[in-house]
Amino acid sequence: MRKRQPKTYTRLTHPLVRDSRDAPFRRATWDEALDRTARGLAAARGAFGMFSCARATNEMNYVAQKFARVVMGTHNVDSCNRTCHAPSVAGLSAAFGSGGGTSSYEEVEHTDVIVMWGSNARFAHPIFFQHVLRGIRSGARMYAVDPRRTATAEWAESWLGPNVGTDIPMAHAIGREIIHAGLVNEAFVGRATTGYEEYRALVEPWTLSLAEKVTGVPAAAVRDLAHAYARAERAQLCWTLGITEHHNGTDNVRALINLSLLTGHVGRYGSGLQPLRGQNNVQGGGDMGAIPNRLPGFQDVLDPGVRLKFETAWDTVVQPHHGLTLTEMFEAMDDGSLRAVYCIGENPAQSEADGEQAVRRLRALDFLVVQDIFLTKTAELADVVLPATAGWAETEGTTTNSERRVQRVRRAVPPPGEAREDVDILCDLAARLGHDWKYADAEAVWNELRSLSPDHHGMTYARLEEHQGIQWPCPSTEELEPTYLHGRLWQADPARRGPRAPFGIVRHDPPVDLTDEEYPIRLTTGRRLDSYNTGVQSGSYSSPLRRGESVELCPEDAERYGVVVGEEVRVTSRRGSVVAPVWVDTALRPGLAFMSFHFPDEVDTNQLTIEANCPIAGTAEFKASAIRIEKVSTGGPALR
Amino acid sequence: MTAIPLGVPRRLVEFTLDGQDARVLEGSTLLDACRTAGKDVPTLCEGDTLTPKNACRVCVVEVEGARTLAPACSRRAEPGMVVRTDTERARHSRKVVLELLASSVDLSTTPAVAGWIKEYEAKPDRFGPDAARVDEEPRIDNDLYVRDYGKCILCYKCVDACGEQWQNTFAISVSGRGFDARISVEQDAPLTDSACVYCGNCIEVCPTGALSFRSEFDMRAAGTWDQARQTETTTVCAYCGVGCNLTLHVQDNEIVKVSSPHDNPVTHGNLCIKGRFGYQHVQNRD
Repeated sequence: MRKRQPKTYTRLTHPLVRDSRDAPFRRATWDEALDRTARGLAAARGAFGMFSCARATNEMNYVAQKFARVVMGTHNVDSCNRTCHAPSVAGLSAAFGSGGGTSSYEEVEHTDVIVMWGSNARFAHPIFFQHVLRGIRSGARMYAVDPRRTATAEWAESWLGPNVGTDIPMAHAIGREIIHAGLVNEAFVGRATTGYEEYRALVEPWTLSLAEKVTGVPAAAVRDLAHAYARAERAQLCWTLGITEHHNGTDNVRALINLSLLTGHVGRYGSGLQPLRGQNNVQGGGDMGAIPNRLPGFQDVLDPGVRLKFETAWDTVVQPHHGLTLTEMFEAMDDGSLRAVYCIGENPAQSEADGEQAVRRLRALDFLVVQDIFLTKTAELADVVLPATAGWAETEGTTTNSERRVQRVRRAVPPPGEAREDVDILCDLAARLGHDWKYADAEAVWNELRSLSPDHHGMTYARLEEHQGIQWPCPSTEELEPTYLHGRLWQADPARRGPRAPFGIVRHDPPVDLTDEEYPIRLTTGRRLDSYNTGVQSGSYSSPLRRGESVELCPEDAERYGVVVGEEVRVTSRRGSVVAPVWVDTALRPGLAFMSFHFPDEVDTNQLTIEANCPIAGTAEFKASAIRIEKVSTGGPALR
Repeated sequence: MTAIPLGVPRRLVEFTLDGQDARVLEGSTLLDACRTAGKDVPTLCEGDTLTPKNACRVCVVEVEGARTLAPACSRRAEPGMVVRTDTERARHSRKVVLELLASSVDLSTTPAVAGWIKEYEAKPDRFGPDAARVDEEPRIDNDLYVRDYGKCILCYKCVDACGEQWQNTFAISVSGRGFDARISVEQDAPLTDSACVYCGNCIEVCPTGALSFRSEFDMRAAGTWDQARQTETTTVCAYCGVGCNLTLHVQDNEIVKVSSPHDNPVTHGNLCIKGRFGYQHVQNRD
């Protein structure tokens, strides 16, 4: 019987270095560790990548991207938003020119129809779901679209359970039904969108009966959702990683946005699009420019006027091209064009799809410096490990949430040992590499950002405190903008209406990892209520709900394979194989299995997942792998 | 284009409060008016994020012309009303309520109650040593929170917070009837067999400390809990993108409890299990 106690991590309290790749870590002074880091990075100028941190503050992300762009002269800066919501940002900015969710939580309480698509918010975003529940209690009807009949679906008017990876057929069938039922908001489509004719032709083949065949959802249910969404006075379309973690995640997002364009459910109070972000500052990291194609304030790297502004402010040359995404940086490690990485607060060795490949690539680097609060699996591969503070409890600064609300984080406890704030460490390294940046405190960093980003200009620390956070855009220090974005699309005056939103012409493309006789089961992944990502943080508190990792099957499949709850089975995909105990969940159906990735030290689920990436956003298809389940013959069922 | 709902414009209501003219927004309760006027009306079952339950009756005031005393927490101000908060009758009623509650349950961790007992000259021990008491052993069945029903005044706030007003989990309910009524989980089963999702939103609203963090319970038992030495710092949770505000209660550089501001637009005082209890990793310092 294996003991399934999650690994608990203890805080890093002092810098660690190793003298060669085979040597163990030894304790070092900050001076030694930083000198080594400066040497390692200087040697790799031109082949450098920065992994910034979606859990750290805006201020840290601002300084990290500035470090990459000014000190190292590269746009190769990205963060784990790549593995979750980058398609949402890419999709929304392609349609509207801005990558944020268009509505606010409060609006969900005042809407008529709520569509939760590929989102188990009840577990993954419980407090957002409280706003949904208030909406439902005020009379809103909620529709859940998810292959699993989740805790979220328990509150739905109707649950639509499509086959994994058939979101585009479903969306197109809904769009076609709206068109054929005469429910298109023609005034909005005519004034505020482009490409409608092409879209109509695109969705025309997706009849309800074809959609039923492909998605497995009864035609009547799809029709019902189409009519409810289109007829609603106000409607919210919310999604999470069930939409984005696919090889065509950006296309999925575009397919959903199309529905809002068709019906005019965007740019009004109570009507909008809400991608629910998975990490406390995944929105802010991108807003701060910790992505390879945008400068702080989500300003385009390719815009010469923008570059000039930053070149003047930073006294540097800003490259006129995009940098590499996280995914591309990993690929560049293979051909040797990326040789040094500065990894802050990320654990790609365990969070990337196809984890074994990620570890191999990180090992091949000339130099890896990891800045974290724990000695993670990624940190174990590093040449230098720098102990940092916990962003949310030991640092002053701000983070930005899913509704674009910038909020203050504050230092409540002192950091352990010699741990230092990320911004201080970055500035110290910048000084060693010839850039003397002086920030008195986090507010000084924030004020520099405010001077460069019009969307954040009005958000002084004092105002953030006064209003309990402010949503961007906030260009004025006197006024607040509406809680929703893109009201401009409803303006009668074309000049004030601005650029039209194009329909996304996207086609169905089934998951890369096909099921067949050898791998007959579709494995999808997700979060559980009480745990978080690779478990480094959540493993330390004792949750009565936690039962460790397991492979969840529906009762029919459990019977078919002759396995019972708690019995260990071998789960094998085309890339790897793990042993995990069985759990039976009636939310699943034959041919569909579920696992989380919260306990990689017990069961490394990402050995199974496929690194099939969205070509636009770079997000991997975590949601769709093909697996088979085999009984582990030795010793029969394990007792638990 | 849909208008943003602003609600019906609210008029001011004028009435007389303890002989003074009072003006409050239409829809305000007498308690709101008292607090605006700086009057200390005791409350126990009232919660700023919950619909008034009128369970404890400790906030009663006298409304001229009314047969019975009115609970200030739920009675709305009406034009021309004449309200007295400090009459003999109201004071006597509060005193008896405090005596009955304090003689039957342990109010040692109820904030401010000791002051009210003194102010209203309540004598909980006047019922003698044989007065009926709830006297239940604390239920320690998980590592996150403790249910000490020996401190429970049956105010139903936890039931409402767990139920339809916020969490919609419905793990907490009332079992038994009359004198045997107790707050419990459905069928009075062990908590760990219930629907509980350990969000701790019941702890957030509990007025007496009957529901408390395991950390607080253990520190109180060890005699190390010292609120005077604690700081409260509000920051943002790191567990997902929703951006819940957390107030970290810190004593001797250790997080000992987590709450959330009740007026916060994201949380309204509610959190999930990770935000409420998932702080230990930052202080794994060994």
